[in-house]
Amino acid sequence: MSVEGKNLKFPAYVWEAPVRLWHWLMALAMVVLMVTGYFIGSPLPSVPGEAIDSYLMGYIRFAHFAAAYVFALSFLFRVYWAIVGNQHAREIFLVPVYMLSPTWWRGFFRVLGHYLFIRPKNDWHLGHNQLAMAAMFGMYVLGTVFMIVTGFALYGEGTGMGTWQYSLFSSWVIPLFGQSQDVHTWHHFGMWYLIWFTMVHLYFVIREDITSGLTVVSSMISGWRDVKN
Amino acid sequence: MTETFYDVLRRQGVTRRSFMKFCSLTAASLGLGPTLAPQIAHALETKPRTPVLWLHGLECTCCTESFIRSAHPLAKDVILSMISLDYDDTIMAAAGHQAEAALEEVMKKYKGNYILAVEGNPPLGNDGTFCIPGGKPFVEKLKHVAKDAKAVIAWGSCASWGCVQAAKPNPTNAVSIDKVITDKPIIKVPGCPPIAEVMSAVVTYVVAFDRIPELDRQGRPKMFYSQRIHDKCYRRPHFDAGQFVEKWDDEAAKAGYCLYKMGCKGPTTYNACSTTRWNEGVSFPIQSGHGCIGCSEDGFWDKGSFYDRLTSIPAFGVEANADTVGLVAAGVVGAAVVAHAAVTAIKGASEKRAPTKTEEK
Repeated sequence: MSVEGKNLKFPAYVWEAPVRLWHWLMALAMVVLMVTGYFIGSPLPSVPGEAIDSYLMGYIRFAHFAAAYVFALSFLFRVYWAIVGNQHAREIFLVPVYMLSPTWWRGFFRVLGHYLFIRPKNDWHLGHNQLAMAAMFGMYVLGTVFMIVTGFALYGEGTGMGTWQYSLFSSWVIPLFGQSQDVHTWHHFGMWYLIWFTMVHLYFVIREDITSGLTVVSSMISGWRDVKN
Repeated sequence: MTETFYDVLRRQGVTRRSFMKFCSLTAASLGLGPTLAPQIAHALETKPRTPVLWLHGLECTCCTESFIRSAHPLAKDVILSMISLDYDDTIMAAAGHQAEAALEEVMKKYKGNYILAVEGNPPLGNDGTFCIPGGKPFVEKLKHVAKDAKAVIAWGSCASWGCVQAAKPNPTNAVSIDKVITDKPIIKVPGCPPIAEVMSAVVTYVVAFDRIPELDRQGRPKMFYSQRIHDKCYRRPHFDAGQFVEKWDDEAAKAGYCLYKMGCKGPTTYNACSTTRWNEGVSFPIQSGHGCIGCSEDGFWDKGSFYDRLTSIPAFGVEANADTVGLVAAGVVGAAVVAHAAVTAIKGASEKRAPTKTEEK
């Protein structure tokens, strides 16, 4: 059984600085969003005393909205960088295009075969392998777009009619789902979708780092992918 | 020609001063500026009264019960003076054939100029025979009267969305009226029932300005349905502070804390309850210690418990909210990850003992 990719040149500069910056900023925002979002859905135990003395829910919501702006803007920036950045910056967005090519699918099934323990060694890739790309697109990209759209739709309900958040998002998202409560429920569900993604993502980057013979985790810090000795 | 509103008031001995006061009050209740009060006065002085035909389909009459309690403007004023409520089988004097004759007469005389107000909705199942007023299926009567109407008002959640009779499994196949009337502007005034003042103000607006009020994308008048209960709730400071009722009759409930954790649907319900309140501004559900049940929202009967913050997702067939589904799936993903890692480790260990041929560098 052959391992594809042995002829690739290492070390290779894969993740450019803006991509790395985006990755960690987004990860941080995501953690804040998940924690605060969870507590918006299931608030902490009631605060005693006068209402004027505390603003707990207000601060939690503020953190959620602030992190949401960071999350959404960094994603917008990431889309921009997919256009102007190197080829690896495009990978996670162009999966539907790649899917038209039989070569891509061949690679996809080779990787899948490895993860099903049929092929002992995984192929080498400079950026993502095909399965990783597909997961990035299907879970991260689509999940993020869903969360940004539903999130701003819910936020627009608070900012009110006439604001851009309402006009751009709430005005069509709320009727699309039927009513506001449904949007809340699916937005909450979207959080779990991204949690599942994060679990799988963390597992596979660590696994690849140990078994593939290439650097994976450190690549997102240094930007370089190299062969481990 | 039909008398104007002003004529009727004068005949009843109402002074012009009182009439102008009424116009100002109506302008205020509609959320309009003071400069629009003379415009209302002018309209009511010069325009003939608008005939309104009020039909009742599959409903509980709670809309009518609410409407006759309108305080600003008084329902009496609206019904007897401003509009000409020529047909409403629940509160009209005539009955039976006389009533139906009155309906046909108004439809002929004011063809294209009357307003159709619909309370309740038509069941389409079994050829519409689940609701037969006046010997005909309601859906036929509705289409018949809507044909020559200028505009249509959908009273309440029944006419607007379907409400309880359209809740799952909807045995009579009841539908909102916009599924049947597709060629007329429909003003949706949802609520179970809608607030009395909102109902009479909508009628006043249509009569005074001879046009339908500005509607949102779902067909509701923006002036009453552009904000959520939560946005103007007097308990909102407790929400922001993080002070919640944890269970009925606890200290927090007595102190009037936020009912968010008790499943209050205020944050997801568009209505004017927290602003106008009910029964001449006496109270509204949250003020009475119970969460909002979201009665003016589409399909509110089918959105899970009135007492859960995170409502269940019916798509999964079982009673499960986003957290239970999410947590179970996360457990599955976690278990899969651990199993996969274990197999990887075992494979790796066995390969170390016997390196395969492809292991070259």
